Amino acid sequence: MANSKYETVVGLEVHVELHTKSKIFCGCSTSFGAPPNTHTCPVCLGHPGVLPVLNRQAVEYAMKAAMAINCEIAEWCKFDRKNYFYPDSPKAYQISQYDQPIGQNGWIDIEVNGKTKRIGITRLHLEEDAGKLTHIDGGLGSLADFNRVGTPLVEIVSEPDIRSPEEAKAYLEKLRAIMLYCDVSDVKMEEGSMRCDANISIRPFGQEKFGTRAELKNMNSFRGVQRGLEYEELRQADILDGGGQVVQETRRWDENQGKTFSMRSKEEAHDYRYFPDPDLVRLRIDDEWKARVRASIPELPDARQARYISEYGLSSYDAGVLTASMKLANFFEESLKFTTDAKASANWIMGDLLGYLNANNFELEDAKITGQGLGELIQLIEKGTISTKIAKTVFKGIVETGKSPAQIVEEQGLVQISDEGAIVAVVDAVIAANPQSVEDFRGGKDKAIGFLVGQIMKETKGKANPGLVNKLLMERLKG
Amino acid sequence: MSLFDLRLSELHNRLTTKQLSVAELVDASLSRIAETDVKIGAFLTLNEENARKAASELDAELASGGEKGLLFGIPAGIKDNIVTEGLRTTCGSKFLENYDPIYDATVMKKLRAAQSITVGKLNMDEFAMGGSNENSAYHPVRNPWALDRVPGGSSGGSAAAVAARQAYFTLGSDTGGSIRQPAAYCGVVGLKPTYGLVSRFGLVAFASSLDQIGPITKNVEDSAYVLQAIAGHDERDSTSANVDIPDYLSALTGDVKGLKIGVPREYMGKGIDPQVKERVLEALKVFESMGAHWEEISLPHTDYAVATYYLLASSEASSNLARFDGVRYGVRASNPDNLLDMYRRSRSEGFGPEVKRRIMLGTYALSSGYYDAYYKKAQQVRTLIKRDFDQAFEKYDLIIGPTAPTPAFKIGEQVGDPLTMYLNDICTIPVSLAGVPAISIPCGTADGLPVGLQIIGKHFDEATVLRAAHAFESQTGFHNLRPALS
Repeated sequence: MANSKYETVVGLEVHVELHTKSKIFCGCSTSFGAPPNTHTCPVCLGHPGVLPVLNRQAVEYAMKAAMAINCEIAEWCKFDRKNYFYPDSPKAYQISQYDQPIGQNGWIDIEVNGKTKRIGITRLHLEEDAGKLTHIDGGLGSLADFNRVGTPLVEIVSEPDIRSPEEAKAYLEKLRAIMLYCDVSDVKMEEGSMRCDANISIRPFGQEKFGTRAELKNMNSFRGVQRGLEYEELRQADILDGGGQVVQETRRWDENQGKTFSMRSKEEAHDYRYFPDPDLVRLRIDDEWKARVRASIPELPDARQARYISEYGLSSYDAGVLTASMKLANFFEESLKFTTDAKASANWIMGDLLGYLNANNFELEDAKITGQGLGELIQLIEKGTISTKIAKTVFKGIVETGKSPAQIVEEQGLVQISDEGAIVAVVDAVIAANPQSVEDFRGGKDKAIGFLVGQIMKETKGKANPGLVNKLLMERLKG
Repeated sequence: MSLFDLRLSELHNRLTTKQLSVAELVDASLSRIAETDVKIGAFLTLNEENARKAASELDAELASGGEKGLLFGIPAGIKDNIVTEGLRTTCGSKFLENYDPIYDATVMKKLRAAQSITVGKLNMDEFAMGGSNENSAYHPVRNPWALDRVPGGSSGGSAAAVAARQAYFTLGSDTGGSIRQPAAYCGVVGLKPTYGLVSRFGLVAFASSLDQIGPITKNVEDSAYVLQAIAGHDERDSTSANVDIPDYLSALTGDVKGLKIGVPREYMGKGIDPQVKERVLEALKVFESMGAHWEEISLPHTDYAVATYYLLASSEASSNLARFDGVRYGVRASNPDNLLDMYRRSRSEGFGPEVKRRIMLGTYALSSGYYDAYYKKAQQVRTLIKRDFDQAFEKYDLIIGPTAPTPAFKIGEQVGDPLTMYLNDICTIPVSLAGVPAISIPCGTADGLPVGLQIIGKHFDEATVLRAAHAFESQTGFHNLRPALS
């Protein structure tokens, strides 16, 4: 941090919505974006007399997520009621897990500035989501949409092992990647299927005791988390530098103002009056069930990264970028079915493909290129059918149209000219048309050769084999 | 003699042989209600139009022949905390005075499958909290045996309606005695099944770990019929047990020879009215005369049951009743200043004093810093109370005692004294905490008021409970006593 007297200590509480077909305690759909209150029933609306029935799929997704972040899985767990009044909570309690979570004592490794660091995971528990309120301007009232009520969530609580906003961001990115690999959630912060609260405190370097923490809420993007924490560590440092004391409280990050604001103090904190939900029975997770769920977990990012390094000779950084997203890693592996040049594929992906996606603010699936398309493109270069330069044009064609590289090459007549006779004719014409440049070259100005090559490539619309052009031009000029 | 004094099999016979139509039967119920309910106050909502319509449909079905179940066309009353789609369900509370449910409780689906006819919804203590029906937000229920006395509670309307022959049978709910105690006060048969035998889906929760729906009837045979219709696993209730349901009727053999009965001294001592005790002892003699054996036993943790119950039930209630917030249904205070004001005023206006008392008690017991001393301790004591029963049932087939310490008391007599009121449930609460089944059946009178005998069985052994109860009533005929209500 800017102020080097203090060490920052961060713990994150991350909520991840599980993308089960139906809600955690009733049969309603969980799909996003339906008209308000159409995915509801007496159970999720909290009508008098209704009872919850646990969705097994939600339990399996939670187990899968917990296993993927190296948690121990409980043999027995139970559900508890977290009591609080708010109009987005129809029962006025949330069914959650208080003291017997599904997963405990896990960890994930993150990489910051080339160094690997292990972040402990205290627990992962299963709970239900709340509804959504829309406040009408002018204080006329609020509208409640209960479609989201009862969507299964896991809450993942980290140990206070994170020491900087960068580490926090890296932790979130890693967590997101793991959840995507496990295919248990869309993990989109913008849609709210991944949400993050942060506990942050600072202490003088060398001090063992933690400082007083603030809990930050309302950070709606990875960038928001990082910025919120950056703001907060400076705010707290200013207080300590001024001889003051940090107050334990909940603070709200305001993205537009780039500041945090106090929401409520420790004294105003809710007493949730947790107690075991008498409507649900204890949940037993036996070894057979655990084994079956464990077997469904695919190769995770760390393992895949290590394999790319050893198997394809990629750098740790490249392997890290490729495996950060399972879709990207799968794309990469798909390309290798059509070319053996893994490094070339990695370079194309990290350079041209990611550049294209970033420039257009696209997700991978928005680009029309497939792993096969990229593999075939590299193959065309390897065979000498097209030059690397022309390949850039072909690549653009593929991502935009989805056509195969061969088709684009043929349609646009981009096949490399490697016929010496054809090239010689152009070379001769260019020499004849540019006597001054020829003179300059012969007079010792090597630069003139570049101009002549450029003219030849222009004449051939870039299709001439660059090696041959150089060779033939030199022969003619020296001959 | 009313149609409703006939045995179910006789009524059924008349229906299927066309001596009686369902319309006539439903009309008998509705006329009786019209005639007597001004005095009794058992009903909160009548389902007259729908009931008559259903009756004519069933009569048409009768005409086309075919096998009919025993509950076919039988008029039933439903306690007002069991949700009925489209039929007002208030739980005896102002909070739900305008609430028409959007779904049916599982027991209602089962009764519909059995083709009984719902004639109306029955009065009760608000949200089933109370033992006298004086906590109804609408009007008290009067005991058909003595109109100046309470019918018991919280299923007071359910018991009084059967005693007054307004409905052939009713459903009640029992959390700490709310079926058995009013059945005792009104001289009818009330069965609280084993926790988990009957689905709670659609029963508005008071204390989820204790609530059970059960039948109130004039005799044990009817109790067996109705239980047969409503018992069974329900995938919508995670706490409903997946057990085989026996044929309860075939358990009614009349034979109790060799049955071993334990009589807890804690149920027969301090606070038990001498006449009530006398009736119970006489009942035990009857069992003896039929070849059963009884001896005194001890359920040593009985003294802690009432305190344990009021902590656990109130804790659960404080959470269960939190959904009544004025946001989606029920009462909402007009022109609230803000959200908190809306909550406070809606709940202050919607709930009565006993409900508020228990919500506060439960909220306190669950609060940070008090949880261990109250809620958690009470759970531990509950385990000890259960163990008392487990140990007794290692040696005995049944446990028998009074249902309530006294006969029905006078309206208004205990209103100002909630603790005395709570002690009326001293014999029924331990049974609820243990989750075992128990029935209350008439065993004579004290000063002209009915006295109830409580027969308690092992988990899911309703068959033995019903067998003993049936043998007793066949031997004594106490169930044939009926109030002189004109």
